[in-house]
Amino acid sequence: MSKSPNFLIPALGGTALVLGAAFALMNRDYAADKIDTLETRVEQVSAQATSATEKARAEAARAAELEQQVAEIQAVASGGLIAEPAPDADGRYGLGRAALPEEIAAWDVDVLPDGRGLPEGSGDVWTGEEVFVDNCASCHGDFAEGVDNWPVLAGGFDTLADKDPVKTVGSYWPYLSTVWDYVHRSMPFGGAGTLTNDETYAIVAYILYSNDMVDDDFVLSRETFTDVEMHNADGFVVDDRAQTEYAEWRTEPCMENCKDEVEITMRSVFLVETPPEGGSNSIMNPAKVDDLPSFTADGPSFIPAAAPKPIEAPAPEATQTAATDDDAMLKHGEKVFKKCAACHAVGDGAKNKVGPQLNGVMGRTMGSVEGFKYSNGFAEANAEGKTWTPEEMAAFLAKPKTYMKGTKMAFAGLKKDEDLAAINAYLASFGN
Amino acid sequence: MDDMFKPSRRAFLRGSAAVAAGSVAGAASASGPDPLITELQDWASYTGVGVDETPYGMPISFESHVVRRNVEWLTASPISSINFTPIHALDGTITPQGCAFERHHSGAIELSKPDYRLMINGLVDQPLVFTYDDLMRFPRENHVYFCECAANTGMEWAGAQLNGVQFTHGMIHNMEYTGVPLRTLLKEAGADISSDKWVYVEGADASSNGRSIPMEKALDDVLVAFKANGEALRMEHGYPVRLVVPGWEGNMWVKWLRRIEVTDMAVESREETSKYTDVLEDGTARKWTWEMDAKSVITSPSPQMPITHGKGPLVVSGLAWSGHGKITRVDVSKDGGITWETARLGKQGDTKALTRFYLDMDWDGAPMLLQSRAMDDTGYVQPTKEQLREQRGENSVYHNNCIQTWYVNAEGIAENVEVS
Repeated sequence: MSKSPNFLIPALGGTALVLGAAFALMNRDYAADKIDTLETRVEQVSAQATSATEKARAEAARAAELEQQVAEIQAVASGGLIAEPAPDADGRYGLGRAALPEEIAAWDVDVLPDGRGLPEGSGDVWTGEEVFVDNCASCHGDFAEGVDNWPVLAGGFDTLADKDPVKTVGSYWPYLSTVWDYVHRSMPFGGAGTLTNDETYAIVAYILYSNDMVDDDFVLSRETFTDVEMHNADGFVVDDRAQTEYAEWRTEPCMENCKDEVEITMRSVFLVETPPEGGSNSIMNPAKVDDLPSFTADGPSFIPAAAPKPIEAPAPEATQTAATDDDAMLKHGEKVFKKCAACHAVGDGAKNKVGPQLNGVMGRTMGSVEGFKYSNGFAEANAEGKTWTPEEMAAFLAKPKTYMKGTKMAFAGLKKDEDLAAINAYLASFGN
Repeated sequence: MDDMFKPSRRAFLRGSAAVAAGSVAGAASASGPDPLITELQDWASYTGVGVDETPYGMPISFESHVVRRNVEWLTASPISSINFTPIHALDGTITPQGCAFERHHSGAIELSKPDYRLMINGLVDQPLVFTYDDLMRFPRENHVYFCECAANTGMEWAGAQLNGVQFTHGMIHNMEYTGVPLRTLLKEAGADISSDKWVYVEGADASSNGRSIPMEKALDDVLVAFKANGEALRMEHGYPVRLVVPGWEGNMWVKWLRRIEVTDMAVESREETSKYTDVLEDGTARKWTWEMDAKSVITSPSPQMPITHGKGPLVVSGLAWSGHGKITRVDVSKDGGITWETARLGKQGDTKALTRFYLDMDWDGAPMLLQSRAMDDTGYVQPTKEQLREQRGENSVYHNNCIQTWYVNAEGIAENVEVS
């Protein structure tokens, strides 16, 4: 960067020194004419200093201008890049090897909007319902209505201009190819890539049916794919910000008196606590807009009195009975289990999903649920006769991949001891 | 052991009394000698830890609060979720990898270099497979770029929601990437690089995140990157190889990049139709809104960074960036946009990278409505929330680059607010 602004410092500092010396002399009761002379001298020196300062300023400005030119020339020379661009041999490095047809077939499975890429196969609505209930309903609901925060897949028609649009396959997705491609490649969550082509056709047929887009005798295949009309196919425009927004917003902005008055119209809905152990807690903000000043160019309309320090609620006395403690623990455990519910079922009629069902898991031999295909690690633990105790469970759930190398369980782990204790209590409540 | 800590604690108490007295007087004057200076401190007497105590160092314990944080209720599962960079506590422009935000659609995966394969196929003369070692033999470049999630500030469309710049603006990071230009790899496979072609890129994780990039961009500045800030990418940022798509929304920066396909049309994948499209007020939606418009925010003071020193010299600091190029100017307002003054910019010259700005001011202790407004070298001026809503309504979710307002009260506490 430029060092030229430093020119100013000696010039201005010199003026101050001369002025300082002049005033020091004046204090020594010199004769009036001497003072006059000195005053004239001060004016002269001061004028010289000002002129020198101006000159230095002009020089600094010129230097900055030249530096800018140099930077611009350099930028142009390097194509706008800081570094010289990497050489480009135009495809003559000879690196890598030819991809084999089998490899391309395995990875290149995307489907284009016109249906190119769809494989052989087919699926009907009723088969689709069965496959959907087994693979998708734990998150998306039996009728594709969505569970908790998981995506809703059906309905929401004509809500896109509402305050809270419901964007589903039916109401929003413009291409059927996207549905097939995404289900086939990326679903189910925790078991991506495991659905057969026929299962995928069937699931997609069921999702269309749940959106009233096909009849119950519909069979989806490569042949019927183009028969389906997507509700929102014409609902998209290609990015037009350049015309609608940039043209309007590329103007010299206002710097002064841009508004007469500014009022605070809304305060943060949530206050966010950031505890030392990580994460965050959102708390509703009780504060009101009326308590705050409005602003004009003269500043705030008033300065609110300091908010009284919040009175700390006295710590609740430990009078809770053991029973309510247990209830609270189970409730908490139920909440924590939501992290597991995408892949595991527990309770009446629980079946294996992506993970084994968990009824009676406490005390049972590891890797012993019938009909579930375990990882090698759990198969070995089963052979050794290891059982699930609260300690083993806590260790596993804290760091699944460390505890059991090669486990298929795609779960990062529970960080908090209280969560681990609660999930153990919750699981234990389903038999042991 | 207890005795060891006594001097520091006394020092702290007396030290803070001195600070309080100083702020009342408006100038620094100690009420007595500071024991932190006059008394021998443990750290000045005993030895510290030796080398190799932590072969790969972590920040000192005093900084343990400077971490990524998520907002649990935003998503159904932490495996398909996002967290936020602690931008309130950082300065300069480079984001350390360990606290740079994460966004996964199916969790971060462990993919080793020996297991890594990158395929190029589609409209190419010769479909190719590269290993990690192959990539190391192509000429490479270094560039600093910001990566911003399209949903950054997305919660704020319907009004001030989350009280913290980490949460309103923390889906962003800025790193120096080392990688091979995508055009080099495309040419190596003899790709059809005519301008109506597309490059579809896809990740190796279970979500198989895939996006379509128009050929013009693919040939311009896109990098196939393997290093960030000088070291290997972190697992959560796509180790061993991710795509860097400068200035464009973070979702296109495909992590664990496994396949590059040249196509004759956009794939219209899930992430470029059902997600990452912007619903307008009339219910139609914009698609292919790839570029991140100019944006800025004051990181301090902010709700997580209150003013604790009272009146007097105050450093207002923030970040500005534009997906269109360089930041040329940032203005700051203390009265909610009535009056603006131009802030001092930190190091300039990087295109599509974060720029730091400062406004060094003398705070009189009166409440403020702090705002910042960025301009880029295309002349684009960061819009107000009102301007954005006029154009798009409130349901766009993505691409909210509005001017942010912090109300700072007389105690120096800042809050996320909206103004008329």
